[in-house]
Amino acid sequence: MQRNALLEVRGLTAAVAGVEILKGIELTVRAGEVHAIMGPNGSGKSTFAKVLAGHPAYEVTGGDALFDGKSLLRMAPEERARAGFFLAFQYPVEMPGVTNSSFLRLAYNTVQGARGRDELDPLEFDDYVQDKLRLLQIDPAFLERSVNEGFSGGEKKRNEILQMALLEPRLAILDEADSGLDIDALRIVANGVNRLRTPDNAVVLVTHYQRLLNYITPDYVHVMDQGRIIKTGDSQLALELERRGYDWVADEYRARQAA
Amino acid sequence: MDAQAESYLERLLPGQAGAPASSPSWLTELRARALERANALRVPTTRDEDWRFTDPSPLYKVVLEAPRQAAQVDAGALEPWLIPEAASRLVFVDGSFAPGLSSIRPESGVVVAPLGRTLSERDERVQDALARIVSGTDEAFSAVNTAWLRDGAVVLVSRERDARDPIHLLFLSVSERSATYPRSLVVAERGSCCTVVEDYVSLHSEVGLTNAVSEIHVGEGASVRHVRLQREGTAAFHIGTCGVRVARDGRYRSVSIALGARLSRYNLQVVQAGEGTDFDIDGLALISGRQLADTHSFVDHALPHGRSRQLHKCVVGDAAHAVFNGKILVRPGAQRTDSAQESRNLLLTQRAQVDTKPQLEIFADDVKCGHGATVGQLDAEQVFYLRSRGLSESAARDLLTFAFAAQVVERIALPSVVRRLEDAIVRRTQKESRS
Repeated sequence: MQRNALLEVRGLTAAVAGVEILKGIELTVRAGEVHAIMGPNGSGKSTFAKVLAGHPAYEVTGGDALFDGKSLLRMAPEERARAGFFLAFQYPVEMPGVTNSSFLRLAYNTVQGARGRDELDPLEFDDYVQDKLRLLQIDPAFLERSVNEGFSGGEKKRNEILQMALLEPRLAILDEADSGLDIDALRIVANGVNRLRTPDNAVVLVTHYQRLLNYITPDYVHVMDQGRIIKTGDSQLALELERRGYDWVADEYRARQAA
Repeated sequence: MDAQAESYLERLLPGQAGAPASSPSWLTELRARALERANALRVPTTRDEDWRFTDPSPLYKVVLEAPRQAAQVDAGALEPWLIPEAASRLVFVDGSFAPGLSSIRPESGVVVAPLGRTLSERDERVQDALARIVSGTDEAFSAVNTAWLRDGAVVLVSRERDARDPIHLLFLSVSERSATYPRSLVVAERGSCCTVVEDYVSLHSEVGLTNAVSEIHVGEGASVRHVRLQREGTAAFHIGTCGVRVARDGRYRSVSIALGARLSRYNLQVVQAGEGTDFDIDGLALISGRQLADTHSFVDHALPHGRSRQLHKCVVGDAAHAVFNGKILVRPGAQRTDSAQESRNLLLTQRAQVDTKPQLEIFADDVKCGHGATVGQLDAEQVFYLRSRGLSESAARDLLTFAFAAQVVERIALPSVVRRLEDAIVRRTQKESRS
């Protein structure tokens, strides 16, 4: 195992309803790094993110994903979260009747408790959360609403980043954190993510477009196609993809495979 | 089963409770008429369409009697059930008024009293209103309640009076294996306003029967908030009937919560007696074990410009069974009726069962009416989302179940009641997820 490798994915395959979507993913993410996974729609990017989070609809059929040297795949979704894995969802689910503040506090305290740290009572939590709200320019009234219910696209994405800020994960995967955001919201989200970066954590951005990468500079850019990572480069690769599309990468890959 | 049902009434009827002291002749006649009807009527069985999903036969197999002596209750035993916001509290022990446990705050234009006192004071409003909505002549349980009528809770609010603080009517079942017949009468005169909490509690966990009847008269432009809490023991039988009549521009808002009883049945009938009435009728049944909770509601839009909203939720755990039958009738003259009804049901286990039947019968052509029903389990995506934030599966399920139920509970405008019910729901859902 490489030093400081937070996540090591080896030959990961997964299926949904009997159809194989992931066909052998290889990926290493070290602390302090930012990775971007790009690729056309249907390439398996979101499936990969959900498999790592433990979504019950996906069946892992082979390979492994080590988080801090331990197999993520053997952990329940909540154990992954408590260990420091976080997925910001592309489509966060609405939960009518569950107040955002009580949800956030429950999640925060559960994760804190699991890490052997003190839990916060409602008043203490309220103080703690205010700082994070400012960071993401979120109206405090937002806490009294039901989780994601009636939120705009931008509000939902910001609520995901707010959870990331509260739970302080070591590895965060942001699934299409930029989709549906106007330029101001995109800046706020990107700025929030940048502020949350430390040498000890890592971020994986799953995105279809390059524009988020104007604000968060990745160390590595991976191209995913048909359930595999077929090319890896640096941030220049994202610009090239923006210019040339994805087809040439797939062509190159097929040529390499054929050789 | 029919033989059992018949012998139930035969066994019951000779034991009719005595009439209240100095009973006026109209009340004696009322009781006699109801007794005669009870003799002629038949108790329901599952062969009756209205009882198809709710088998009352276990009730007919047990021998239950009205307690002969008033049980003693320590004031401390009341503590968990008190409502600090309430202005007045009438407490009934096994159906009899308990003055020592009650507390009545005198308020001008507001009468909160046991039936006996209003009779001795010859308040004519009682005679004018009692058994005018639920007559006790067409259905066996309310007939028996009326035939047994000797005590009850009376709330009378005079014209244009605003009884600001809630009035708590607490019916305690104290003696095991007893049958009680609580009765409540609420009259809100023209332009008045009040909040009444009708509350059924058992202090024991043995079998017993509560056969309760309530009548609520909402006068012209008056507004009544009605909270009904049924939190009896899980071996109890509970049959409740409530009739509401709302005059022109009157407003009736109710929230009914059923948490207790082995078998409970609540019949709510709300009748529009004037134009421009406004009803909000919400309900929650939260049951587990082998409980059965049945709500039958009937909203009768008889005149133009009526509005009604109804949300009924059932949360069903273990092998429990919830029944909802909600009928909304829009009569030919009831133009411009605006009515919506929702039945939302959450099944927590494979064995849990719900039968829901929303019924909309419309005979007017210029109306806006809608209804819908859903039956489902907790949403897997919601459970996963919460788990991905560190919550255990059981904590995630509890939180979602709580949120589902809390939507109805929060419509009760009494913070202490909301808080206590939410605590009860949390305890219930946690027990559920451990089992």
